[in-house]
Amino acid sequence: MNWSRLIAMARKELIQIRRDPRSLLIALLMPIMQMVMLGYGVSLDAKHIPVYAYDQEGSPDSQALLKHFQASQYFDLVKTVPNYRQLTRAIDSDRCRLGVVIPYDFSKTLRDRGTASVQVIVDGTDDNTANLAVEYARAVISAYSGAVQLDWMGRQGLATLAGSQPISIEARTWFNEDLESRNFIIPGIIALVMALVGALLTSLTIAREWERGTMEQLISTPVTAREVMLGKLVPYFGIGMADAVLCFVMGVWWFGVPFRGTILALFITTTLFLIVILGIGFMISVAIKNQLGASIIALLVTLLPTSMLSGYTFPIDQMPAPVRAITYLVYSRYYVTALKAIFLKGVGIEALAEPMIALTLYAGVVGFFAMRAFKKSLD
Amino acid sequence: MTAEETPAISVEVRDLVKRFGAFTAVDRISFSASRGEIMGFLGPNGAGKSTAIRILCGLLRPTSGSVRVAGYDVATDADAVRQHIGYMSQKFSLYNDLQVAENLRFFGGLYSVPRNIIDERIEAAIQMAGLAGHEHDMTGTLAGGWKQRLALGCALLHRPSILFLDEPTSGVDPISRRTFWDLIHDLAASGVTVIVSTHYMDEAEYCNQLALINRGRIVALGSPAELKTHLRRGALLLVKCQPLGPALEALEQNPDVLDAAVFGNALHLTVRDADRAIASIPQFLADHHVQSIELKEIPPSLEDVFVELASAPPAANEARAP
Repeated sequence: MNWSRLIAMARKELIQIRRDPRSLLIALLMPIMQMVMLGYGVSLDAKHIPVYAYDQEGSPDSQALLKHFQASQYFDLVKTVPNYRQLTRAIDSDRCRLGVVIPYDFSKTLRDRGTASVQVIVDGTDDNTANLAVEYARAVISAYSGAVQLDWMGRQGLATLAGSQPISIEARTWFNEDLESRNFIIPGIIALVMALVGALLTSLTIAREWERGTMEQLISTPVTAREVMLGKLVPYFGIGMADAVLCFVMGVWWFGVPFRGTILALFITTTLFLIVILGIGFMISVAIKNQLGASIIALLVTLLPTSMLSGYTFPIDQMPAPVRAITYLVYSRYYVTALKAIFLKGVGIEALAEPMIALTLYAGVVGFFAMRAFKKSLD
Repeated sequence: MTAEETPAISVEVRDLVKRFGAFTAVDRISFSASRGEIMGFLGPNGAGKSTAIRILCGLLRPTSGSVRVAGYDVATDADAVRQHIGYMSQKFSLYNDLQVAENLRFFGGLYSVPRNIIDERIEAAIQMAGLAGHEHDMTGTLAGGWKQRLALGCALLHRPSILFLDEPTSGVDPISRRTFWDLIHDLAASGVTVIVSTHYMDEAEYCNQLALINRGRIVALGSPAELKTHLRRGALLLVKCQPLGPALEALEQNPDVLDAAVFGNALHLTVRDADRAIASIPQFLADHHVQSIELKEIPPSLEDVFVELASAPPAANEARAP
């Protein structure tokens, strides 16, 4: 490795980026635009889910349960209907996503046995919202049953027992107490933006030399293939880091995502992720040799897996097993996992063993092949 | 290594072959060039000149044969070769989006020119290229002649002992070409070996040694003077006559005429015996209803030599100047 050649390479690349409007646009404007558009555009929050109720009994008990639904911020009790047919029709025609059916013997069984069943019908076309809706419904019903239990125990004369409290089942979400989906999504968006910007910029770098006919003169000099690669990637690493900081700052200050982890953990995982991304972009650039083609391939190999399979929007543990197996190959998966853990759980490096090892492995493999990808030859 | 320390033989090529699939671009060429020599590759487009030069610079791998440049084998030691050579590709290939001085500094860095002398070298290159005052111009805005001299300046920053120029003057105006060749002669005089390809006959005359290349082979090798005198199978006659077409057709059938070709508004004839031909041809033309205006023996130009060699069947292309 010769420093004079490496520095010359890096400095030249930096000058070219500075003078290339397309590169500047990708490096500076794209991260901000993506953060704003995706940050505001994608919301997976299931709040104010419309609910229809079919109250077969119409007793004070059943009314009390429905009031709990009404009081919850997750549900809007739109209407009470007199029969099943109208309930199913409401779901079919999208007027509600959840139907609550209270049986005719609800208060009787509740009084006699202390427990009763309620039927909940959910529109499963959007399984993400459906899952959330069922979870929320369960929480609402448990809250109600807690109140009933207390009342029932009182009537059984058990309330006088000292310190006795009814057992209330309360789902408590850890790490994202408000179930604010934005908090989950922003770390994913950061990974997406960095993958996109990093791979897109580097995918142009070697292709540009071929396209403009400058490659021949470049490889006639003693500069080695490794120096060309490192010299070219160093400026992009700097840009990638700057973009990462920009995204972090926007995430925390603009979107209000809590940051509970350490800067060191963030720095190390981001460095590893950038090595992977830049290496992939570089290999694409070597293979494709023209800027348009290279940038399209770069989009394809970053945008698709990162948005679909990294766990950024679609939870990995809800995917079918074969797809879940594929996600282990998706490099962004590990970075998204690490970012979520760092931002929301506030863990340090020690708790990030799995994603760190995976990213290190990935960086090693990509680095190995990227080093060998570029050949100084016209053959 | 400076030019003074290099061995007397700068470039040595033995039986070099380069194939691209079934196509043989370079077919068993051998030659050597000594220090301070200007060696020219003359030949039509597609003859294999550029391919040969690219192999010598280590940009393409030879299929077989040996190539030693500045004492290093290009097949195994390409990076060592590159430190000792300068190369100017056929197509302008500096960075158009870099300023003049930025291009020079970049290549200075790639050739590891020491920090304390780089500024001086850049200044010298700018003076040589006649670009004083244009250091901060964007390279893409320069005229052809300037671009080409800047490319030469970049190729010389590390003071190479061997310079490879692939059709350096194509697309450059005549005055710039002249200036460029003055620079080449100065370099050769200072001990730099220059290997240059061209399809301009007048440029070929500037070379000490010339390789005529056709269809991948060196069909003749020698100084321009040697090629013109020794290679001829006979004498060269200039015939001015009217009309030209029928005259050419008739003369091609004449047993005394080895070869006939149109040169401008006259014919060049290669004949076995000049005196006999000058005596017999006016009558021969008259018999074919051609009016002859002038007939004389002329010294052959390189173009004549080249046309003859290029038109000869491949089997006859083994000819070598002594």
